[in-house]
Amino acid sequence: MSILGNRVQRREDPKFLTTGGVYGDDLKIEGALWATFVRSTMAHARLTSLDVTEARNRPGVVAIYTGEDVDLPPVPAGLPGVPDVMARPVLAKGVVRFVGEAVAVVLTEERYQGEDAAESVFVDYEPLPAVVDPVSALTGDVLLFPEHGSNVAVPMNEPQAEDFFDGCEVVVRHRLINQRVAPCPLEVRSGAAMWEGDRVIQYASNQAPHGAKAAIAGLYGLEADRVRVIAPDVGGGFGAKIGLYVEDLILPWLAKAAGRPVHWTETRSESMLALGHGRAQVQDVAIGGSRDGKVEAYRLEVVQDAGAYPSLGSFLPALTRLMTSGTYDIPKVEFSAASMVTNTTPTVAYRGAGRPEATAAIERAMDLFAAEIGMDPAEVRKRNVVANDKFPFTTPTGTVYDIGDYGGAIDLALQASDYQALRAEQATRRSSGDTTQIGIGVSSYVEITNGAGPPGEYAKVEILPGGKARVYTGTSPHGQGHETAWTMLASEQLGIPMEDIEFVANDTDLVPEGGGTMGSRSLQSGGLAVHEASIALVDKAAKLAAELLEANADDVVLDKVGGRFHVAGTPAVGRSWAELAEAAGDDGDALVVAHSSSPAGPTFPFGAHVAVVEVDTDTGRVKLTRLVAVDDAGTIVNPLLAEGQRHGGLAQGAAQALMEEVRYDDDGNPVTSNLADYAMISATELPSFELVAMATPTPINALGAKGIGESGTIGSTPAVQSAVVDALAHLGVRHIDMPATPERVWRAVAAAQSTAAE
Amino acid sequence: MIPAAFEYQRPSSLDEAVRLLADSGDDAKLLAGGHSLLPLMKLRLAAPSMLIDIGRLRDLSYISDAGDTVTIGALTRHHEVETSALLKAQVPLLAHATSQVGDPQVRHRGTIGGSIAHGDPASDLPAVCLALRATFTVVGPNGSRQIPADDFFRGFLETALSADEILTEISVPKVPDAGWSFQKFNRRAQDWAIVGVAAVHNGSTGVGLVNMASVPVRAAAVEDAIAAGSSAAEAATHASDGLDPPADLNASQEYRRHLAEVLVRRALQEAGAP
Ligand SMILES: Cc1cc2nc3c(=O)[nH]c(=O)nc-3n(C[C@H](O)[C@H](O)[C@H](O)COP(=O)(O)OP(=O)(O)OC[C@H]3O[C@@H](n4cnc5c(N)ncnc54)[C@H](O)[C@@H]3O)c2cc1C
Repeated sequence: MSILGNRVQRREDPKFLTTGGVYGDDLKIEGALWATFVRSTMAHARLTSLDVTEARNRPGVVAIYTGEDVDLPPVPAGLPGVPDVMARPVLAKGVVRFVGEAVAVVLTEERYQGEDAAESVFVDYEPLPAVVDPVSALTGDVLLFPEHGSNVAVPMNEPQAEDFFDGCEVVVRHRLINQRVAPCPLEVRSGAAMWEGDRVIQYASNQAPHGAKAAIAGLYGLEADRVRVIAPDVGGGFGAKIGLYVEDLILPWLAKAAGRPVHWTETRSESMLALGHGRAQVQDVAIGGSRDGKVEAYRLEVVQDAGAYPSLGSFLPALTRLMTSGTYDIPKVEFSAASMVTNTTPTVAYRGAGRPEATAAIERAMDLFAAEIGMDPAEVRKRNVVANDKFPFTTPTGTVYDIGDYGGAIDLALQASDYQALRAEQATRRSSGDTTQIGIGVSSYVEITNGAGPPGEYAKVEILPGGKARVYTGTSPHGQGHETAWTMLASEQLGIPMEDIEFVANDTDLVPEGGGTMGSRSLQSGGLAVHEASIALVDKAAKLAAELLEANADDVVLDKVGGRFHVAGTPAVGRSWAELAEAAGDDGDALVVAHSSSPAGPTFPFGAHVAVVEVDTDTGRVKLTRLVAVDDAGTIVNPLLAEGQRHGGLAQGAAQALMEEVRYDDDGNPVTSNLADYAMISATELPSFELVAMATPTPINALGAKGIGESGTIGSTPAVQSAVVDALAHLGVRHIDMPATPERVWRAVAAAQSTAAE
Repeated sequence: MIPAAFEYQRPSSLDEAVRLLADSGDDAKLLAGGHSLLPLMKLRLAAPSMLIDIGRLRDLSYISDAGDTVTIGALTRHHEVETSALLKAQVPLLAHATSQVGDPQVRHRGTIGGSIAHGDPASDLPAVCLALRATFTVVGPNGSRQIPADDFFRGFLETALSADEILTEISVPKVPDAGWSFQKFNRRAQDWAIVGVAAVHNGSTGVGLVNMASVPVRAAAVEDAIAAGSSAAEAATHASDGLDPPADLNASQEYRRHLAEVLVRRALQEAGAP
């Protein structure tokens, strides 16, 4: 019986749930100093002076460094098209460009001493006007980098056809705000650096240790083998920990300057300002089609807020572009975008990274179109989805979808939610004039996973003396459960019980290469590599067993129940893994296989969500009462893990629709910089999710698996947003921007009522 | 996240606490449950030179039947208040409102006295005490005095307590048969109210408002309207009369006024006002 497809419990959990996890802050580093950053309190200003004299005399202070002291080059975005002048200085020099930018760093013997000392560093700022939203940044009235001449970090324009909507009976246009949100991993950033001779050892709370290694080697001009990066247990990243930040990158410099290891953990307040933010797009959608519900043309124009220094956020429109037309077969599609710098925290990848934004736009556009022609939104979707016989399907923006049944997913979601009954209940509520109205939102989505960067991943599987095994992976688990899934995959092939399989990841000295964990890539790249390496290892072992059994290798089979090789038909005589490990040589025929997978390309998970909300029309309060999710990630290795990913994604997606928004005042001062003000969602605001299974295996890889990490956020946000609008549709409300806060919803009701009264 | 340096004292009796407070100067602060004070200190918005920890003065943690009133020691934790059988029977509004404070962790640390003494207009319990016409007992170097809730809240985070006084007891009239309602409007279960309303209706009517001014306030105009025979809906239109509600991240002034009207109406109706 196969272990795959079973709800195997996460074997890493006892450690995480008790006191066995070792996060960055938990590291005990002999002789380490603590680093504390002094951060800009101005959004945009000239740094006229930095007075560190008083701070130097505070207890425990060993050294203080400013931008003038640190001789590291600025850190470039490392993305195509971003101008060099926008590279980020490790510590601000001359100008600060967002509240939270590091301007100096204090090294102290004890951590608490750092906060005291940082408080007595006196910084003189000469304020400059700030530009806080990306649309205003387009005017160029305030320039972050005057040398560059504009605030455009990445232009991306496609010719706009003048006759684009010719022939459409109906065209609807709208501006949509896909607001800035904070990833809020439970573990804030933490790390350490130390030198061992001419080698730097760096700890980082990070999703891609090998990328981090390359970044450090690049910045310091070191050969790759002189850098070791270790990601200890990492308490979530959601994309925001893909790259290293200046606070990480300066640690080796500090360790060298001080001649001692340096340890650093940010506070939550710092994390809200200096860990990257996500989303942050202003979207203009225009959708045209016929009155019988066929969409003929769709245009999406994006202004992306990259924040003060372009990072991964400036690249998000490229991912949005790939998914512009969503699950629909639309003949004409146009996309254009510009990524703008503003005096705000730099934006980065956040759960879905560019694809939720694409889905939110097309789904809102479909709703607006449906409302305009007076057709049921689920019906409009079904009339436009890509037909099942068209896969692989190439979209007008050039993306090739592997396989799908988009209409089938919508049907499943409608059935599971009892859509017709919901509509009937809604009609009753409406006619009763009740102040609690119900709204139903439907979304259809497809997304790209394992789509950025090379699709393959490294794995090594080896047999240990005694017949146990060890799996090495280049992915970088930080909560997903790779340890459980990868050992399941190895166990399935090797016939060695999971508990006898060790797991190694997140250390660049122990794993020679790796792509890390982001973009829902890990199972289909890294899991695949483990699967393939395990098969190759069985082949290799079978040859060795054949020699020992004086048999033909082709006749030797592995009995997976006992983990023994024998000649087919004569199970009495065989060799166990332990015996083979003993017999194997150390070199070429050692029982170890290192292997890099090479899946044929990215995969395209899809699904449909139905959200139900209650809206109090007197107060604007929204209560999410149901969230029904059909998520098709192909073959599921462990449903427990997949459901966990869906739950978290649904919560974060609903949070964007209803709760969360990073806000600044007009001068660029953040007003949501702690978790009291930033409305991170919790379980009490969410219903029990209704998960519906659907599995269409992909032909792209041998496992048939697609990514599941981001589906929840991609499908749920538009479904929930749409449900809120739908609850008020009978009043004439067509759109409410996210998050649908009580005041916003109340204002929409009030505006609709006063329009109706006119 | 790490407070500035401070001295720490843990008196073992109320007398000792009063003495320490008198001797320590203006910069000293009492520490009860710490759930208002410590967050401010961690953000360095408060930096007292000395903390006098009264959190373990067991003598000040009690809920007693005193005839017409129930008396509650200032150091009684929210959890004790919300689960008290006496309060549930005699002053159900207080027990219920307390169960809406923060989350279980907060309710196991925070104290009723700290909530009142802090005087935060966004806190739930001051509004409840105003609606119930509670009385506070405070003790200082010159003995003790009683302050009606109406005279207690003076300005933003400012109360009638002088720097050398300690709040020791909250006394609330029993209202076993009164109608009551607590309307807390917030975004997340653990959040402070954007607007909150505490109402008791018992022949006479008491209405307290959360987060509708720079101090905890009573909706006097609403109470008067009900007394003059207005319906709940009519009376509710006076919810923010004479008030200058705050505008913040979660609500503009205009929205707060609107919410106050809706919530006062609902509260009065739930409490059984006509
Ligand atoms: C996450 C979180 C959520 C919360 N949510 C809510 C909520 O929804 N509603 C709500 O009402 N409150 C809420 N609170 C506040 C909570 O109720 C606090 O416990 C309460 O406000 C203060 O009580 P305390 O005992 O913790 O006081 P402390 O923090 O110890 O003290 C507060 C102030 O009162 C003074 N003080 C304390 N006791 C006395 C005394 N006996 N005499 C004189 N002065 C005294 C202190 O010197 C200090 O200035 C929340 C707190 C947190 C941390």
